[in-house]
Amino acid sequence: MSEDVKKFLYVNRKAPYGTIYAQESLEVVLIGAAFDQDVEMAFLDDGVFQLTKNQDTKGVGLKNFSPTFRALGDYEVTKLYVEQESLDERGLTLDDLQDIQYEDEDDDWAEKPSIRVVSRAEMGKIMANQDVVLSF
Amino acid sequence: MATLHTVNKSPFQTQTLLSCLSHVQAGDSVLMIEDGVYGAMGSTTLADAVAGLGGQVNLFVLGEDLAARGIDAGRVADGITKIDMDGFVDMVASTDRTQSWL
Amino acid sequence: MAAYDVNGTAVEHDEEGYITNLSDWTPELADVIAKAEEIEMDDERWAVVNFLREYYEEYQIAPAVRVLIKAIKKSMGPEVGNNKYMYELFPYGPAKQACKIAGLPKPTGCV
Repeated sequence: MSEDVKKFLYVNRKAPYGTIYAQESLEVVLIGAAFDQDVEMAFLDDGVFQLTKNQDTKGVGLKNFSPTFRALGDYEVTKLYVEQESLDERGLTLDDLQDIQYEDEDDDWAEKPSIRVVSRAEMGKIMANQDVVLSF
Repeated sequence: MATLHTVNKSPFQTQTLLSCLSHVQAGDSVLMIEDGVYGAMGSTTLADAVAGLGGQVNLFVLGEDLAARGIDAGRVADGITKIDMDGFVDMVASTDRTQSWL
Repeated sequence: MAAYDVNGTAVEHDEEGYITNLSDWTPELADVIAKAEEIEMDDERWAVVNFLREYYEEYQIAPAVRVLIKAIKKSMGPEVGNNKYMYELFPYGPAKQACKIAGLPKPTGCV
């Protein structure tokens, strides 16, 4: 890690499939992470729908990209912030979301959850603490 | 002379579903498709508004779009009927007109 | 559209040699693509190709080269999972070339 490493936050506010934003965001995250930047993701508003489990797109002829979220740990993207209020408004709980884990290199490769549920107030502070914020 | 209305936007993102439900006439049908299917979920902050405004019309949701988004049929609010693509086609064929709320 | 010839069956590929329809892939096709890339398939290369196919099946992406090598190191050991050896197996890039042979799309992030 050099001093050129910047903190990037990808802010996801759209549901998957209805528009291309969610899939594009994920693709850009993977590209950005491959260039050794410090990458985190935030999911708020309809963005929380991206992480639901049991997505099955066979009937609509679109690629189901939800399994790719589980590969983010391999790309050292280990912090997925999910906003509590956005879940509540949509009648969702953490149990409705995929179990996404990463292996902690500094802790004997222990598997740890990547999703961190935060309040709206905390989300605002997380956004304010970045070098670059990209919106999708 | 009934109309089939389709809504494809999330009700959390735009006012489209609530606007549609505020304009429909008694006997019309409203079908939620694509991101519109989030409007069919029970136990959200919008479920009461949808049920209230939708009282005079027939509410439907497209099953394939629910499945794509990982929403189990059990989460669909009471009073909303799940149909599949074939059912959608039948509805379009048997209605007087279709209005897409984009 | 250009195509590979697998015992008389044409399998379409794009201008860079990646197959168009992922479900067209067979082990026989892998040998044909490898030959076009001037690579002789052996156990080590098959292990990498099979690993890539399993990774794609599970996560729906072809991993970036850094991710691939790290993952290979973990599952097959450091004597296979290192840059030098992987580039010996696939001189034009382990991710790019092995993905092509595995019938996967070009890895995300490769230009």
